[in-house]
Amino acid sequence: MKILILFLTFFKIGFFSFGGGYAMIGLMQGEILSHGWISAREYADIVAISQMTPGPIAVNAATYIGFKTAGFWGSFFATIGVFLPSFILVVVIAHLFRQFRENRFVSAAMKGIQPATVGLIASAVVFFSEMSIFTGELPIRHLFTPSAQASVFGVSPEGMLIFGIILLSVKRFKLGPIAAIALSGLLGILLIP
Amino acid sequence: MSEPKTHASLRALFVSFFKIGAFTIGGGLAMLPLIENEFVSRRGWVDEEEMLDILAVSQSLPGVIAINSSLFVGYRLRGIPGALAASAGMIIPSFVTILAIAIIFTQLENNDWVRRALSGIRAGVTALILLSAVKMGKKVLRNWRSTVIAAGAFLALVLGNVHFIAIISLSAAAGLVFYGLKKVRA
Repeated sequence: MKILILFLTFFKIGFFSFGGGYAMIGLMQGEILSHGWISAREYADIVAISQMTPGPIAVNAATYIGFKTAGFWGSFFATIGVFLPSFILVVVIAHLFRQFRENRFVSAAMKGIQPATVGLIASAVVFFSEMSIFTGELPIRHLFTPSAQASVFGVSPEGMLIFGIILLSVKRFKLGPIAAIALSGLLGILLIP
Repeated sequence: MSEPKTHASLRALFVSFFKIGAFTIGGGLAMLPLIENEFVSRRGWVDEEEMLDILAVSQSLPGVIAINSSLFVGYRLRGIPGALAASAGMIIPSFVTILAIAIIFTQLENNDWVRRALSGIRAGVTALILLSAVKMGKKVLRNWRSTVIAAGAFLALVLGNVHFIAIISLSAAAGLVFYGLKKVRA
């Protein structure tokens, strides 16, 4: 039963995910956390680990969460779940390739989805900042539900420092993403109490 | 896109994508140039223009972009068996690596060094995602319509906890209203 729910959850994610990579982080988050399979912290760690391992983030997340929840077969069926929508769509679309590419309505819908993925990536920034440079949820999250504030909001000075160093080294000194991850891990060992 | 044109073996398809899947760190988009290089320049199984079409459609379909493009290339070369061989090559390295990490990590979770390194990495990843959001934003948000959609998606997710299926469907509908109802001036 658990395995079926895992499969269906990742099937849904596969069917409605656009924008790849970082956009997937925001997109999958609510769905995955709502099942209570893993904590928000663990989800952030999986994403962090995905940055250091081969393969797309969504596949990594499916494999990891599936294993954590229901062992090997959990990870197997979660991964098949995220893969299957692509398989179905590609086999259907491959015959209508040009028509699909040039269809007016498809391209109009895509023009709407593309900026939404920017919003999704921006929401992933908020989620990650709450797990690193801040402690607790940002106060703006409870704009409409003032009573629901669950955690006390604060700033993590060490997290803020590492964030600043990485931002600067990537932006100014063109540090590559893999080196940036390695550096931030090292800084974490040195600075985080 | 219907008849297979080459003699690409299933094994070669699997191996090509296995190599790309195993050696690209940092997610799907990083793989696209490698896929192009392997199949257009090195093996010559797909011509340049068709590859551009494949990569464009892979990004506009839902799902994992790297898997979509492996499926398209495999299907184009050897039909359904080709699609399965190519995508298996793409997925297996990631699957095996993460499985190993999941097994090890459940034992290391409470290790102090691992905890501190991961805290640092989360702060680093925050910076990387922020830079990527800014870069994407500069590229995509070119008029008020796209800015409204992006802001709407962001607020719906951050303030409202709206489900992602609703966000994707609404933004596609917004695209149709803004760009699909009248002839778009070029």
